[in-house]
Amino acid sequence: MKLTGAQILIDALKKEGVKVIFGYPGGVVIPIFDVLYDTKEIDFVLTRHEQAAAHAADGYARATGKVGVCLATSGPGATNLMTGIATAYLDSIPMVAITGQVSTSLLGTDAFQEADVVGISRPITKHNFLVKSIDELPLILKQAFHIASTGRPGPVLVDIPVDVSRAVTEDYSYPETVSMRSYKPNTNGHIRQIQRAAEAIAKAKKPVIFAGGGVNHSGAYEELLKLAEYTNIPVTTSLMGLGCFPGTHPLFIGMPGMHGAKAANYAIQECDLIISIGARFDDRVTGYVAEFAPEADIIHMDIDPAAISKIIKVDIPVVGDARKILVELNKIVLPRNADQWNEKVMKWKGVKLFSYTDSSEIIKPQAVVEAVYRETGGNAIIATEVGQHQMWTAQYYLFDKPRTLLTSGGLGTMGYGLPAAMGAAVANPQVPVIDIAGDGSIQMNIQELATLSLNNIPVKIVILNNSYLGMVRQWQELFHNKRYSSTCLRGGTLCNKCVGTQKCQKQYVPDFVALAKSYNIAAFRAEKPDQISSVLKEGLAVKGPALMEFIVAPEENVFPMVPAGKPLDEILEG
Amino acid sequence: MGIHTISVLVENNSGALSRISGLFSSRGYNISSLTVAETDDPTVSRMTIVVDGEETILEQIFKQLNRLIDVIKVIDFQGEPVVEREMVLVKIDSNHSNRHEMVGLGTIFGAKVASVAPSSITFEMMGTRSIINDFINMIKPYGIKEIVRSGTIAIGQSRK
Repeated sequence: MKLTGAQILIDALKKEGVKVIFGYPGGVVIPIFDVLYDTKEIDFVLTRHEQAAAHAADGYARATGKVGVCLATSGPGATNLMTGIATAYLDSIPMVAITGQVSTSLLGTDAFQEADVVGISRPITKHNFLVKSIDELPLILKQAFHIASTGRPGPVLVDIPVDVSRAVTEDYSYPETVSMRSYKPNTNGHIRQIQRAAEAIAKAKKPVIFAGGGVNHSGAYEELLKLAEYTNIPVTTSLMGLGCFPGTHPLFIGMPGMHGAKAANYAIQECDLIISIGARFDDRVTGYVAEFAPEADIIHMDIDPAAISKIIKVDIPVVGDARKILVELNKIVLPRNADQWNEKVMKWKGVKLFSYTDSSEIIKPQAVVEAVYRETGGNAIIATEVGQHQMWTAQYYLFDKPRTLLTSGGLGTMGYGLPAAMGAAVANPQVPVIDIAGDGSIQMNIQELATLSLNNIPVKIVILNNSYLGMVRQWQELFHNKRYSSTCLRGGTLCNKCVGTQKCQKQYVPDFVALAKSYNIAAFRAEKPDQISSVLKEGLAVKGPALMEFIVAPEENVFPMVPAGKPLDEILEG
Repeated sequence: MGIHTISVLVENNSGALSRISGLFSSRGYNISSLTVAETDDPTVSRMTIVVDGEETILEQIFKQLNRLIDVIKVIDFQGEPVVEREMVLVKIDSNHSNRHEMVGLGTIFGAKVASVAPSSITFEMMGTRSIINDFINMIKPYGIKEIVRSGTIAIGQSRK
């Protein structure tokens, strides 16, 4: 049977179990879209910007654990994917990005819509391929899915010139298996290292478990819970790890780091052993590295040997898959009773991990996040953008289940949340999916309201509108003498510099409620604290997408805060 | 800081070189020399990279090298007996009056005359990086017109 390159691509995607592609058409991918026109097994979601397609594929992958797939044309289509690919790369998200490319005969000639996409994407992909002939296509696609989903997961880009898509072959079979001499990730932890870890745990007087995104990726939640409960060791999780250990569990002490819980930061600084599982000691976690956990020995379990001792010197490295390592560790680790150390840590934790001063006059953003938690019973998938609202979400929504927080932890990509929520909602039509956003971030991919509306994707958007780029404003307030340079989104009404000048706008633009309505999306606004709950109830009850705007205290800050470059126990508290 | 000579076995395909050099350039590290050619297996290339930098960062780069999908094996020759060779072609100002003297100087270093022209002489020489440096320093006063160094290649002395 004769098949074109485009037909082979779609057949390969089917064989890889792909159910949905997010993307945008263009000149050199027309042959691929022509095949999609007749493909029933795969849904295609047309986003309104390629960046959103990449984030949606990423959100789909985070919510399901499957490989997310996005598709864009050459040149600008491909470059628009890059922020989304880099976001997935820094958070180790399995993704395959398919890009069209100009014809092989035109490569390197500055042809129309040509960009060196493998060159541009090289440092932000786990691997990438330029397909030079139709004969290479099946093996490359098999390898792309294999590389994206195994070892430390990550995005893989496949760049397909249009003549390869159009080429015809009679000799096609999709490989059943793949074996690469240069890529053999080690998943079984070395048993001697696991024994050393168990010995260190038995010896420790003040141990802490630090779990990260790797626990989510490897599906090691039950093993982690078992380890923690058997040994009574307090658990902190990184932002990427939230949900891999129940947020309501008595042993949970919040996330550590810049906006982490006091309990987590103090525990890390005072402990004598950190059992790190699938976390990479990001600078937002460690604070001043030289004074990070000064008393502690460190066990570091990670699938990626390059993550070991990258930031923090590790005493007992265990390279492998977190779940497989924990299964072995749980067989030999000794039980441990809660003792004075637990008491001390729980005293730091107090009744609640985080607190703020509520108000009856003005809506506090933290109160909205708490209300979202109450109204959803903690059973939603929550996406966030990046900034203050992201930190409040991490602090005040208690994530009990894995894969329920979609957030750009590594790259910190504003505009991530709405499309990521879209991807998660397409994957999980039964589960409520909410994007908690700031008024700045939401505008970075606001065009996706059209995608939500036309496909009736039931994402609920909660905008915490403080009229500022709040996180940068907070730094300007604390470290730059309140010089709010380019962070007021009202063009100045609220900042000292512009008050009373022409630049100062009374009216916030856009009117988010009116904007949503122009997309045929139900929209609600709360301006007073007593409206929070009713607006949320109304918005969440909508069958399709809905937008809820909350006008919040403009200069509310995220606390606690460990200023950049300070040790974790130097905490600012409001 | 320390000079490392490393050998990298990679899949012989178009992206491999830039993937590897990118790991150095993204950290602002300059590669002192890099050579690459096919091995006995035409699908595998061998690169020899000489780089100077902080130990902790180099260690990190070596781990990242191992992580690249195209990389089959990384060998760091640090602290290991190794045979290192580099080749140099160097063209020097020369005329009939000092030609003899220069050939003599070359002989001391084991440099061969590759070509002679009325106003220049070109030597070819193979040796370790430091012997080549010594030779170049000796002939510098005569006036170097042009110099081409191949970069170091290296092979471990162990029986493996």
